[in-house]
Amino acid sequence: MATAPADTVMRTVDGTPLKVSLRRAMRRRKLAALGLVMPLFVFILFSFILPIADMLFRSVENPQVVTIMPETTAALQGWDGNEVPDEAVFAALVADLVAGSESREIGKVATRLNYEISGMRGLIMKSARRADRLEAPYREALIDLDKDWNDISVWKLIQREGAPFTASYYLSAIDMRYDDSGEIAAQPTDRQIYVTLFLRTLWISLLITFMTLLLGFPVAYLLATLPLKYSNLLMIMVLLPFWTSLLVRTTSWIAMLQQQGVLNDLLVWSGLVSDDGRLELMHNQTGTVVAMTHILLPFMVLPLYSVMRTISPSFMRAAQSLGAPRFLAFWRVYAPLTLPGVGAGAILVFILAIGYYITPALVGGTSGQLISNFIAYHMQSSLNWGLAAALGSILLSCVLLLYYIYNRIVGIENMKLG
Amino acid sequence: MAENGTAFVRFVDVQKSYDGETLVVKNLNLDIAQGEFVTMLGPSGSGKTTCLMMLAGFETATHGEIFLDGTPINNVPPHKRDIGMVFQNYALFPHMTVAENLAFPLQVRKLSRGETEDRVKKALDMVQLGEFGARRPAQLSGGQQQRVALARALVFEPKLVLMDEPLGALDKQLRETMQYEIKHIHESLGVTVVYVTHDQTEALTMSDRVAVFNDGIIQQLAPPVDLYEQPENSFVAQFIGENNKLSGRIASVEDNVCVAEVAGSTVRALAVNVGGAGEATTLSLRPERVFIEPDEGALPNIFEAKVKELIFLGDHVRTRLDVCGNDEFIVKVPNASGHVHLRPGATTRVGWQIEDCRALDAA
Repeated sequence: MATAPADTVMRTVDGTPLKVSLRRAMRRRKLAALGLVMPLFVFILFSFILPIADMLFRSVENPQVVTIMPETTAALQGWDGNEVPDEAVFAALVADLVAGSESREIGKVATRLNYEISGMRGLIMKSARRADRLEAPYREALIDLDKDWNDISVWKLIQREGAPFTASYYLSAIDMRYDDSGEIAAQPTDRQIYVTLFLRTLWISLLITFMTLLLGFPVAYLLATLPLKYSNLLMIMVLLPFWTSLLVRTTSWIAMLQQQGVLNDLLVWSGLVSDDGRLELMHNQTGTVVAMTHILLPFMVLPLYSVMRTISPSFMRAAQSLGAPRFLAFWRVYAPLTLPGVGAGAILVFILAIGYYITPALVGGTSGQLISNFIAYHMQSSLNWGLAAALGSILLSCVLLLYYIYNRIVGIENMKLG
Repeated sequence: MAENGTAFVRFVDVQKSYDGETLVVKNLNLDIAQGEFVTMLGPSGSGKTTCLMMLAGFETATHGEIFLDGTPINNVPPHKRDIGMVFQNYALFPHMTVAENLAFPLQVRKLSRGETEDRVKKALDMVQLGEFGARRPAQLSGGQQQRVALARALVFEPKLVLMDEPLGALDKQLRETMQYEIKHIHESLGVTVVYVTHDQTEALTMSDRVAVFNDGIIQQLAPPVDLYEQPENSFVAQFIGENNKLSGRIASVEDNVCVAEVAGSTVRALAVNVGGAGEATTLSLRPERVFIEPDEGALPNIFEAKVKELIFLGDHVRTRLDVCGNDEFIVKVPNASGHVHLRPGATTRVGWQIEDCRALDAA
C-alpha cells in the first residue's frame, strides 16, 4: 500500500498503469485468435457475404437504360408525360439507338424493357437495326417505322426505367406491376404466381417440419434411452441417409412413389387400390412432402437426441413416484425439458425446407414446386437475375422475420443444436 | 424387530436378476415396522439400491413378494404406491419453480388450489425455505435443493419415504447438518424411512436399524450400537468402523471362548462365528480396545509389538504396529497427559480382553 501512488489508478511496480500493462499482455493472445479466425473469415466474406450483398443489390439495380441510352434519359427528364414527346427526345433516341447498335449493347435495353411490357424487345431491336438510315424529322420517321412509338406508355416506361434504381423487380415478385399510367397495380389474375408460391412454400415447409417432429421424436427418445449397443445401431440407421447422395435418395423415392412404382404395386397387389385407380403420389405436393420429410428427418432427430440424452431418467421416475401416471409424467416433465431440442430441430428443418431445390424439382411436378425452383428458373433460363434476386431477398427476409418471432416467443438461447 | 403381522414393509424371499445368470439380490427377507428408520448400507454393487428401486416400483422382483402395509405391491405401478422418494441428484424439475415442484404431487392428486397452496407453504416452512417458493431449482444451493427434494417427497403425506443416497452430493459439514435435520423430520412426522447409503457414519447416526448389504445378501441387520460392538461376521466387522483383523486357525473351543493360533502366537478370543478346532478364523479387534504396555499378567492377551509408523491426528496418535504377523495393526493412542511415547522401530507390548476380540468367519 505504501508504494501506491496518490491517484486511484492501479499501477504495476515500474509505474505503468495496470490497464495498459494488461492490454499489452493480452495483445499477443488477441493477435493469435485473430490469426486463427482470419482464413475462415476471408472465405466466408468472398463466398457468402459478398455474393449475397451482390444479389441483394441486383434486386434494385437498374443500369441498362441509363447507361446505354444516356441521351434519351436526359431528354426525357423534363417530359411531363401527358403526350408523346417532341422532336428533341426522338432525336436523342435515334442517336442512342445508333450508338447502341454499333456497340451491340442495345439488346440489354431491349431485354430489360421487355420484362415490363412484352413486345418492347421487338420494338427496340427493329428500330435499332434501321436507326442509322433514318432521317430528320425523327419523330415522324420513327412513328412511321412502328406506330408503338406513338404510345405514351412506351415513353413512360423508358422514362421510369431510366432511373438507376427500380422497384419493379420487387413488384413482380409480389405479383404487382406498374400499369400503363405508371401507377402500382396488381398483375392480371392469370399472371399472379409468386404470392401463391410463397404461401405454398411456407405451408409445405411447416408441414414438413411438423412431420419430421412427429416421426423424429420417438426415434430420438429411443436413441437417448436404449442401451449403448442398440442405440449405436439405431444412430447408424439415422445417419445412413447422410452418407448417401441426395440425388440417389430422391431418385429412389421416384422409384417408390411413381404410378408403376413399388408402393402402388403393393397397394394394387394387396387389393386396397384397383389397377386403374393407382394413386398419384409423385409429381405433386405429396411427392415433395414425403421425400423432403425423409431427407430432412436427421436434422430433427439429432438436436432432439442431443437434448434428450442430457435429461436424466430420474426426472421421469421422480414424477412417477410423486403420483403421476406415465403419460402425465411424460407430458408435464419430460416433454417441456425437450423444448430446446424441438425448437432447434424445427428451426433447422424449416429453414432448410424453405430454400430446398433439388427434391421438389425432381418429384414435385407443377403443384409441388417451391419458390427456390422459380429462383433457379430465373437464374438459369429466363436470365432475369433482378427478379431472381428480388424473390431471394424476400425469402431471406421471411426467414429472418420468422427467426425474430421465434426468438421473441421461445428465446434463441433456449435452442440447443448439439 | 417387527412381528410378522405388524410389519409395514415386508420383503419375502425376494430375488433379483438383470441378466438371468447372476443374482443381484439373493433371497432377501426384511421386515420394517411403521415409523422405523432403516438404512441399507453397503458398498456399491451390493444390491441395496436395487432393493430400494424394487420397493419404489422402478424394478420388478424376479422372484418373491414385497408387501406394503399388508398388500402385495409387485403389480402396483409406481405412481399408485404413494411412496415419497428423494433421489441421489434430487431430480427437481428444472422448468418449474420450487413451489411448482412441490405442488406437482398435489396437482396430480387433484387437490383444490387452496389446499395445494396451504400444503406447499407448510412444507416449505418445514424445511425453512418459506421465501424461496418462486425460485428455480438452479438458483438454489446444493443444500437448499436437497431440502426442496425432501419437502417434495413429504408434501403429499406418504407413509413411507425412500431416500437414495440423498446427501452424497453435499460437502461434509452440510451433510452433517442435513443428517440431523432429516432425523428430526422423521421423528416429528413419524413416517417410515428407508434410507440407502454407502456412508457408514450416516447410517450409524441416523438409523433405528441398519441392514448391512454385501454381495446381494443382508450380512447383518441390527441397531447401530450392536452393529459396531457385536459384528456377526468379518465383513461387517471390517466394513463398520475401524478394525484390526488377525487371520488364524482355531485350536480349541470351550463354551464361548476359543483359542486361536495366529502366526505362532496363541490368542484367546470370544467365539462368535467359528467352526470346530482346525477351522480357519478371523479375529476382529477394535483399535480403541487395545492397551499399550499393559502390566504383566493384567490381560489374557499380551504380545510383542514393533512400532511401524506414527500419524499425529490431534486428539490421538494413530499408531501402526506389527502384531502377530499383521503389520497393519492399528492402535489409537490418546493424546492425553502422561500417554506413552513411542518411536518408529521401537518394540513394545500390546494387550486386550477376551470379550473385545471376536473370533469370526474366515472371509
